[in-house]
Amino acid sequence: MRKSLLVLCIVLLPVTGLAASGGDAHLRDMTPDLHDKASLQNGMKLFVNYCMGCHSLKHQRFSRAAEDLEMPRELVEDNLIFADAHAFNDQMSNALETAQGEAWFGAAPPDLTLTTRLHGVDWVYSYLLGFYRDPERPTGVNNTVFPLVAMPNVLEPLQGVQRQVCGDAEHEGDGSDCHLELVHEGSMSPDEFERAMFDLTNFLAYASEPSKLKAQALAPKVLIFLFVFAVVAYLLKREYWRDVH
Amino acid sequence: MGNPNKPKAQRGVMRWVDERFPATQLWQDHLSRYYAPRNFNFWYFFGSLALLMLVNQILTGIWLTMSFTPTAEGAFDSVEYIMRDVEWGWLIRYLHTTGASAFFVVIYLHMFRGLLYGSYKAPRELVWVFGMAIYLALMAEAFMGYLLPWGQMSYWGAQVITSLFSAIPAIGPGLAEWIRGDYLVTGITLNRFFALHVVALPIVILALVVLHIVALHEVGSNNPDGIEIKDKTDSNGKPLDGIPFHPYYTVKDLVGVAVFLFVFCVVVFYFPEGGGYFIEKPNFEPADPLQTPDHIAPVWYFTPFYAILRGVTFSVFGLEAKFLGVVCMGLAIGLLFVLPWLDRSPVRSMRYKGWISRVMLGLFVICFSVLGVLGVLPSTETRTTIAQLCTLGYFAYFLLMPFYTRLEKTRPVPERVTD
Repeated sequence: MRKSLLVLCIVLLPVTGLAASGGDAHLRDMTPDLHDKASLQNGMKLFVNYCMGCHSLKHQRFSRAAEDLEMPRELVEDNLIFADAHAFNDQMSNALETAQGEAWFGAAPPDLTLTTRLHGVDWVYSYLLGFYRDPERPTGVNNTVFPLVAMPNVLEPLQGVQRQVCGDAEHEGDGSDCHLELVHEGSMSPDEFERAMFDLTNFLAYASEPSKLKAQALAPKVLIFLFVFAVVAYLLKREYWRDVH
Repeated sequence: MGNPNKPKAQRGVMRWVDERFPATQLWQDHLSRYYAPRNFNFWYFFGSLALLMLVNQILTGIWLTMSFTPTAEGAFDSVEYIMRDVEWGWLIRYLHTTGASAFFVVIYLHMFRGLLYGSYKAPRELVWVFGMAIYLALMAEAFMGYLLPWGQMSYWGAQVITSLFSAIPAIGPGLAEWIRGDYLVTGITLNRFFALHVVALPIVILALVVLHIVALHEVGSNNPDGIEIKDKTDSNGKPLDGIPFHPYYTVKDLVGVAVFLFVFCVVVFYFPEGGGYFIEKPNFEPADPLQTPDHIAPVWYFTPFYAILRGVTFSVFGLEAKFLGVVCMGLAIGLLFVLPWLDRSPVRSMRYKGWISRVMLGLFVICFSVLGVLGVLPSTETRTTIAQLCTLGYFAYFLLMPFYTRLEKTRPVPERVTD
């Protein structure tokens, strides 16, 4: 038996080893907290005010967000639903058509419902913090994790303007030993802005998989049941097998 | 009238049934009087667990089809609809996606058990061959199912695998087109893969499972000692080392089921993406035929064979490398089918085989695992070399088997099973 387990470990080891590896070193760590409702609510407020003009969340319903984020219906209808076309139960789509997006930005702004599952929360968080001044770009900005990005930095009023500093001299390109520093302050301090971007990423993480809240609530019950079931099944097995041994 | 001696219930509803259908006989033949060796160990849990996963896949699959839209326009969105708007849809879907990977985990462990204890050897060749046919059908089933959510990796995975057929000389391009139903993977491919995934292949798999079990119950189960328990019977003809499958192994398997489901549910509830190996990240983006992902990797259970395919980087006798890769991949699976005739050892179980067999099985497991890891990574020169070496190791296990199993010195096999 012990030998069998050893063999099993050898078989499964490469799989687990692989699952643990991966991930980009230059990304900022971000761990979503789906139980921090205030953070999720603030994230949704930021999304609706700053992102939703161009980006939709076409699978996320306002009503579901209101329920999961514990917001009263009136509050959502009064403060988060701007377009007359949207009703409380509708999905968070927007009016920007693909062709318009392509014409205005060169690439249509993608739907963001699943973006944290596609790129990872670290990527999204780092992306939101990674805009810096680049006069060669049509939008005047570039991004550390998404070079040559087509999106302008719509959060600039909050964040201010950053520049990229590489080594001693300033380079407007990519480099491994570069960092960003603030040139003009925005309406938020750097700490406040990071906190706001955490909230926004947190909300996007929620929207990418609202069922996670349900799964996490249900899981302990299922696992406790299975544990008790396993104990009972084992005792039953031992009872039956008395006559074999 | 059927067999006049067949067991019948004495009274009541069962008597009425038994006079018309061999219910009691089937129950006895396959459960209450099917004698299984009493020394099954850890490795013998995976057969029943595979059956559990099959049932899981069929039930969750039926419920998924109720809300899934099998069109290129609607598939991706309908999966998100299931995840959000369908009651319990997220759970049904994660049970299905995690179930696919779990199915392959238990199947691989089940097959390894066969290699370890020589369960494929006479008279169980057909049990093994039917089992391999299930494995093959399961690979087709999994591959076609993976296209259905219509994500980027679904699409490009299907594009890569269907294009493998085009490497076959002369008929290849036409064959690939015939399989896809189009020049590329399109909504037409999605429609036919849906039909095959939810109707045709499940029927084939179920039929093969019946054959697998009927063949097994005809010859009886092997055991870790690899000896025939039917050779030593009591005065009633009951094997001395055998115990009725029911209740002894049904209650024992119940423990296995409970422990397995615990681990399975931890994944379903907390890590449904399986670290990006059960649901790959690019699959959270809808299929885009104009944008090839940077790195196309099949799901983990196909990667050993994918690594073998990619490892063939040279052409021989004017045959294209890609075609040779496909041939090697086909051979890698095909050799498993003929395994019963490659093993010439007088004993079944690894417990009594010689050291060469043990080393070769170890080598095989290592090579298969390393190939599996390499298959998910982008290829580099070093990795290709390692993949080639592992491919050699993989084939050596099979092709040298007729020699090393005959040459090596085996240990004496006990008369009765050991605990």
